[in-house]
Amino acid sequence: MSRFERFGLGLARGLALTGKTALTRPNITVQYPEERLNVSRRLRGPELIWVSLKCTGCATCAKSCPQGSIELVTSLELVDNKYQVDEFLVDHGRCMFCGLCVEACPFDALYMGRGYERATYRRGDLVLPKEKLQMSADRQPSAYFRPEVEADLPLQTLLVYGQRKAK
Amino acid sequence: MDWLLHWLFYVGVIMGVVPGMVMFFIWLERRGLGRFQIRPGPNRAGPFGVLQPVADAIKVLTKEDIVPAAGDRWVHFIAPLVVFAPAMLVFAVIPFQEDGGVVRGLAPDLNIGILYIVAVSSISTIGVFMAAWGSNNKYSLISAFRTMAQVVSYEIPLALAILGVVLAAGSMSLTAIVKAQEVPFILMQPLGFLIFFIAAAAELNRTPFDLMEADSEMVAGYHIEYSGMKFGLFFLGEYAYTLGISAIAATLFLGGWKGPWGIGSEVGVLWLVVKIVLVFLVVLWLRGTFPRVRVDQLMGFAWKFLFPLSLINIFIVAAESLAWPGLPWWLLFPNFGIALVLVVLWSGLFRLGGGRVQV
Repeated sequence: MSRFERFGLGLARGLALTGKTALTRPNITVQYPEERLNVSRRLRGPELIWVSLKCTGCATCAKSCPQGSIELVTSLELVDNKYQVDEFLVDHGRCMFCGLCVEACPFDALYMGRGYERATYRRGDLVLPKEKLQMSADRQPSAYFRPEVEADLPLQTLLVYGQRKAK
Repeated sequence: MDWLLHWLFYVGVIMGVVPGMVMFFIWLERRGLGRFQIRPGPNRAGPFGVLQPVADAIKVLTKEDIVPAAGDRWVHFIAPLVVFAPAMLVFAVIPFQEDGGVVRGLAPDLNIGILYIVAVSSISTIGVFMAAWGSNNKYSLISAFRTMAQVVSYEIPLALAILGVVLAAGSMSLTAIVKAQEVPFILMQPLGFLIFFIAAAAELNRTPFDLMEADSEMVAGYHIEYSGMKFGLFFLGEYAYTLGISAIAATLFLGGWKGPWGIGSEVGVLWLVVKIVLVFLVVLWLRGTFPRVRVDQLMGFAWKFLFPLSLINIFIVAAESLAWPGLPWWLLFPNFGIALVLVVLWSGLFRLGGGRVQV
């Protein structure tokens, strides 16, 4: 049959292949709002998570930030020999999620997040104060530069392996 | 007053049914193409995304209309109409129903119906060229030059393939052609249908012959400078023309309003719609499968493959009509054999990959 490859057989074979594909194969795209895949456990997601208990207010993160998007104000009164962090503002609109602040933090008080639905209607809403930077149900830390968290996180799902749900 | 009523009815039906079918086709094409690419296609607006064309239409209607500063305003304005109107005129002569011996069409049965269709549908090419010229844009102009060369080349095998049908039916009237199809002409003239179908796909500028809209080469082709409803008219006209060509293919080769073995002749219009959708699905299948051809391959295919084969097809049909007047049904077996042998032979003479120059 390969003798007829040039004589239109290749075209017919192509048509048969696409026809079979269209009729039999299930969709390979993720149906986003109904279906969500697990992101990588070490994702540098577009958010920062700040743990207030560990933070000493040393401002190493603010110094390490290449964009200058972390603003940190501490009060001078020491409580339990610690600075009190009065204000911790992160401008997520300017942040480029390089993770340098997470790497710089000497007390493991900063984490990258695993969320990816952080769109807002106004730029001002992207500047998060310290109350909104805390860890919560929908703000889970990723294991980026914090490998000790990794074991507790769900495995990443990849459609290239045909997974639709995490194991 | 009779003609006025008829005219109003005609305009009403054309303006209601054709855009409706076009919207259905756009939805079908996007969903179907999605299936070929193993994704679902638009599925947000309405159940299964059926309202997506409506949403697109509203978007197009509310967009700003921009005329290029250096363009020719009037030519730019008229071009979409020249593309759109002929696509609508095609539907005038397509018969869709037979009640008690009277064949229903939108206009009276023209005895040169198919000649009218070939003549009218060529006009839209001029509209394409007007759009390109009026836009004063080099991509548009290249696209229009390609379209001109392509349409002029493929018009010939298209007309010759139609001529085979006219020879077999002994009339140019579409009604007579449908009535002559005891066995649908797709079985009696498989080679003619193949030529007609490929040439029609090229006429419609559908993939794999969509050189004039080659996105990767010249952005969008002739309508690059158009926005808003003017672009919408081009889009509508293109799909209306696809609908028209599908209707012509269904009428000429698939038996028009007649059901198989005369089943359901009371609802002939339904049969016609089913056949139109079938033809359109095959066009869609081709789009989902084949990559775009090169310009030299395009011209070579028209002149070296389709043109000689369509001449041979006419010769065969003429000889058969002389030898066996009335064309008995058993002729379909030798005709299929002849078509197969000819296609294989001609593919050997003509290599699509040839003519490539290394520099």
